[in-house]
Amino acid sequence: MLSYVAKRLLLAVPVLFGISVIVFLIISLIPGDPAMAILGAYATPENVARINRDLGLDQPLPVQFGTWLAGVLQGDLGRSYSLNRPVVDEVADRFGPTLILALASLALCSLFGVVAGVAAAVRQYGWTDRVLTLLVLIGISTPSFFLGIMLILWFSVGLGWFPTGGMYALFGGGGVLDLLHHLALPAVTLAVVATGVIARLTRLNMLEVLRQDYVRTARAKGLRESAVIGRHAFRNALVNVIPVIGIQAGFVLGGAVYVETVFQWPGIGRMLVTAISMRDILLVQGGVLVVAASFVSINLVTDVVQVALDPRLRTVRR
Amino acid sequence: MMERPACPWRRPSIWVRLSRNHLAVLGSTIVAAIVLVALLAPWLPLVDPNLTAPADRLQPPLSPTALLGTDQLGRDVLSRLIWGTRVSLAVGLSATLIAAVAGSGIGLVAAYVGGPVDQALMRGIDMLMAFPYLLLALAIVAALGPSLMNALLAISVVNIPFFARAVRGATLSLVRREFIDAARLAGYSRFRILTSELLPNVMPVIVITMSTTVGWMILETAGLSFLGLGAQPPQADLGSMLGDGRRIVVTAPHVAAVPGVLILVLVIGINLVGDGLRDILDPRLKAGALSRPVARTATMPAQRRPGALPSTGPSEHGSSPPLLAMHGLDTQFEIGREVYRAASGVDLTLGRGDSLGVVGESGSGKSVTALSVLGLVPTPPGRITGGSIRFDGTIDLLDVPLSGLQDLRGGRIAYIFQDPLTTLNPLMPVGEQVAETVQRHQGLSNRGAWAQAVEWLDRVGLRAPAEKARAFPHELSGGQRQRVVIAMALANRPDVLIADEPTTALDVTTQARILDLVNDLRRQSGAALLFITHDLGVIATLCTRVLVMYAGQVVESGPVAAVFATPRHPYTRGLLACVPVLGQPERALDAIPGLPPPVNRLPRGCAFADRCPSVVAACRQAPVPLRPVGPARTARCLRAEDGLHG
Repeated sequence: MLSYVAKRLLLAVPVLFGISVIVFLIISLIPGDPAMAILGAYATPENVARINRDLGLDQPLPVQFGTWLAGVLQGDLGRSYSLNRPVVDEVADRFGPTLILALASLALCSLFGVVAGVAAAVRQYGWTDRVLTLLVLIGISTPSFFLGIMLILWFSVGLGWFPTGGMYALFGGGGVLDLLHHLALPAVTLAVVATGVIARLTRLNMLEVLRQDYVRTARAKGLRESAVIGRHAFRNALVNVIPVIGIQAGFVLGGAVYVETVFQWPGIGRMLVTAISMRDILLVQGGVLVVAASFVSINLVTDVVQVALDPRLRTVRR
Repeated sequence: MMERPACPWRRPSIWVRLSRNHLAVLGSTIVAAIVLVALLAPWLPLVDPNLTAPADRLQPPLSPTALLGTDQLGRDVLSRLIWGTRVSLAVGLSATLIAAVAGSGIGLVAAYVGGPVDQALMRGIDMLMAFPYLLLALAIVAALGPSLMNALLAISVVNIPFFARAVRGATLSLVRREFIDAARLAGYSRFRILTSELLPNVMPVIVITMSTTVGWMILETAGLSFLGLGAQPPQADLGSMLGDGRRIVVTAPHVAAVPGVLILVLVIGINLVGDGLRDILDPRLKAGALSRPVARTATMPAQRRPGALPSTGPSEHGSSPPLLAMHGLDTQFEIGREVYRAASGVDLTLGRGDSLGVVGESGSGKSVTALSVLGLVPTPPGRITGGSIRFDGTIDLLDVPLSGLQDLRGGRIAYIFQDPLTTLNPLMPVGEQVAETVQRHQGLSNRGAWAQAVEWLDRVGLRAPAEKARAFPHELSGGQRQRVVIAMALANRPDVLIADEPTTALDVTTQARILDLVNDLRRQSGAALLFITHDLGVIATLCTRVLVMYAGQVVESGPVAAVFATPRHPYTRGLLACVPVLGQPERALDAIPGLPPPVNRLPRGCAFADRCPSVVAACRQAPVPLRPVGPARTARCLRAEDGLHG
C-alpha cells in the first residue's frame, strides 16, 4: 500500500509538469505583445522593458519556460500589476476559501449522490427511482450561476435564513458557526450538478453489481437484504464510484468560479474573473496553476482510496 | 463494393425506437420548439431587443405592453430572450461542432496511425483532462481577451478530449477488422480509409458524445457570458442577460429568472434526447439490460397458482415425507411479450440421504429448477407461475414469506454454484464470507464464527486454513476457491445440498478431487444431494437416482443403474451414446442431430420429436405425459417400451 502511494506520487510529477507547460503557454496565446497585454494600463516603456527582462520575454520559448519554471519552483509566480503585489501572496490568501468551498461541496455531492444512487437502484422502476431520476435530470441540467441567484432570492432575501454573501475572510471573527452559515448556500449550489452525476453513476454501478453472481451467493446464504445490499453490493459499487468523485472534483473546482462570483466568496475563482477583466495574465496563471495542482492532489487521494478498498488493484498492478 | 459492418444509421428502427421512448420524445419536443422559435425570430412580431425605453423600465411580466416585462433599460424581455436564445444556441452548437470535428479527427488519426503519434496526441489530451474543466477555458479567454468568439473557442477546446478519447477507443476496435484490411489491399489512400471507411462506423460514438456534451457547452458558454467574459454589450445571449439581471434580482427577479429558466429547460430537453440516443446507440446501456434481480423470484400467490398446495397441513406421504417434493413446477422468463418456459411441470422428490442427479444440455431447465427451490431465479425476468415445492413435509417453499425463506437459505438448504470466481465477493476475505453464513444461521460471535470458518476451510482440504481464510478470492486458485464455496455451503450442516455444475470451471484432476470431497462430506453429514450436471459419468459415480431434462421438462427418471442400462427415452439414449468410453477409442460419439426447440416456441406435442429417430405421427398430436415405465421409473415417450428392442 505504501509503495503504491509512493508510485502514485511519482506518477503525479509528469502530470504537474504538463500542467505547468500548458499554463506557461497561455502567455504565448496572447495576440500581439504579451508585455503590453500583461501591463495593460501600466505599460510605460520602463515597465515594458522591466517585464521583458524579468520574464525573459525576448528570449526563445524554451528559455522563457525555464526561467518561468525556476521561478515557480521557488514560489515566485511574478507580480500582479493590477494589485501591485506578488501573485503568490494573493493566491495564498484566496486559496483557503476556495478549498473549503470545494471540499464542502465534494462532501455534500458524494454523500447525497451515493445515497440517492443506491436508493434508486434498490427500488429500480419504483416511485423512489422515478422521482430520484427526475431530480437527477434537473440537477445535472441546472446552471449553478442561476441556481445560486435563486437560492439567494429565496433563502437570503425572502426567508432571511442565510447571508447573501459577505464572506470577507475565513475566520473574520465569526468562528466556525459563522463560516458554516456563510458556506451553506454556496456549497449546496456548487454541489447540485455533481450530486446528479454521482447519483446517476452510483445507480448504474449498483444495478450492475446487483446482477453479479456473488450477490446471488449472498442471498443464497440467507443474508437479509440490508446485508446483501450494504455489505456485498454497495462496497463493490463504491469501488467504481470513487474515481467518479475524483473527476467531479474538477467540475466542482471549475464551477467554483460561478459560485464565488454569485456569492461574493473571496476565493480564487472570483479573483480569476477580476484578473481576466483586468487582463492580469500573471495572476490568472498563478490561480490556474494552483487550482489545477489541487485537482491533481484530490485525484491522487481518490486513487489511493480506491486501491485501499479494492484488494485486486493492490496485487494485480505491478 | 467493400463489405461493411451494419451501420446503425441505415437501420430504420433507430427513429422508431427513439419515438417509443416517451422521455426522449418530450425532450425533442422541447428542443425543437425552442430552436424553431429562435430560428423564426426575424419574422416574429417582436420589438427591437435593444430598444431602450427609460419610461417603461422594470415592468413586471404580463404587463400590457410586454408579455415577460422589461429590464432595467426598459427593453422588452421576451424579445431579448428570443434573440438571446438564438445567440446561445448558435454559440453552443458551433462549439460542439468544432470540438466534435477537432476531437474526432485527433481520435481517428491517433488510433489509425498508432505508435508515437498516438502516444503524443493522447498524452496531450491527458494533459488537457488534468485541468479542472472550466479553468482551462478561463485561462484561454484570459489570454485571448473576453469576447463571445473567444468564449466559444475556449469551450470547444476544453471539450476536445471527450471526443478524442471516445473516438479513439471506437476506432481502435475497428482498425483490425477485415473490411479495413480489404480497403488497404484495394489500394485506398489513408485519407480515404479514414473518411469513407472508419468515420461512418464511429459516427454513433460521435453522436453520443455530441448529445452528452452539447448541453454542457450551451451551459458553459452562457456561464462565461454571465461572468462578463463572453458576449459583450450590446450583443446579448442568455448568460449575459442573466448576468445583467443578477444585479437587480431583489427588485425585479423576472429579469434574471426568465433567461435562467430557459437555459434550464433547454438543457433538460437536450439531456433527455441525449439519454434516449445513448440508450439506443450504446448496446451496453440498453434499457432492461440493466435490471437488477430482486430478493426473491416473483411467484404467483397460492390462490392463483395452478398446482399450489394448502400452505400447511398433513403431508400426502404420511409418516415419513420426502425432504423435498416438487410438483408441477412452472418457471418462466418474461422478456417483452415473449414467454420462455424454462421449466414446465417439473416433478422431483428427494428423500433423506438421497442423491439425485439432474442431467440435460444447457438450456434444458436444470439450473432454473434448482434455483426455483429457494426463489433464486432472477426476477426480472423470471417468474414462478405454477406448482408446489414442499420442504420437510410441511411448508410450501413457494408460499413461505421472504424472511422464512431467508432462514432456510444457506441453513437447511444450501447451494454450491458453478463458477467459484464470480460466486465469491472479490472484496471480502474468503474466511469472512464463510463466517458470515455461520453467523447468520448459528448466531455466533464474530470470533466464534471465524473459528468455525477456519475449521470448515480445513475440513474441505485447504492447506494452512487460518492463513487462507484471510486471502481474497483472486489470491486463490480455482480449485481452492471451489473448496471455499463448498465450505460455505456445508458450514451450517444443511439437510439439502444443491450443487449446480460445481466442477465445470475446473481442470480434470481438480474436478475429480472436488467430487470426492463433496461425496465424502455429504456422506458424513447425511445431507440429501441434488446434483446438476451435463456429465453422465459424474452422475454414475455420485448419485443413486437420475432425472433427465429436455426443453424444460423431465423426460425420464429412475435409478441410475437401471436408466443407464435400459434408457426408455430416445433422448437419454442419445445422451448415453455421446459418452466416450475408456478403452473404446473407435466408438463413435453420436451427437444427437439438431437443436432443442426454443422454449418460447414449444411444439404442442413431444418437444424432442424433430430430433427423434423413432418419431411417429402421434408424437406431434398431443402433449406426451410422463408415465411409469417400470419399477420407480418414469419416461415421457409414447414408444418407451419399443426402445427396449431398439
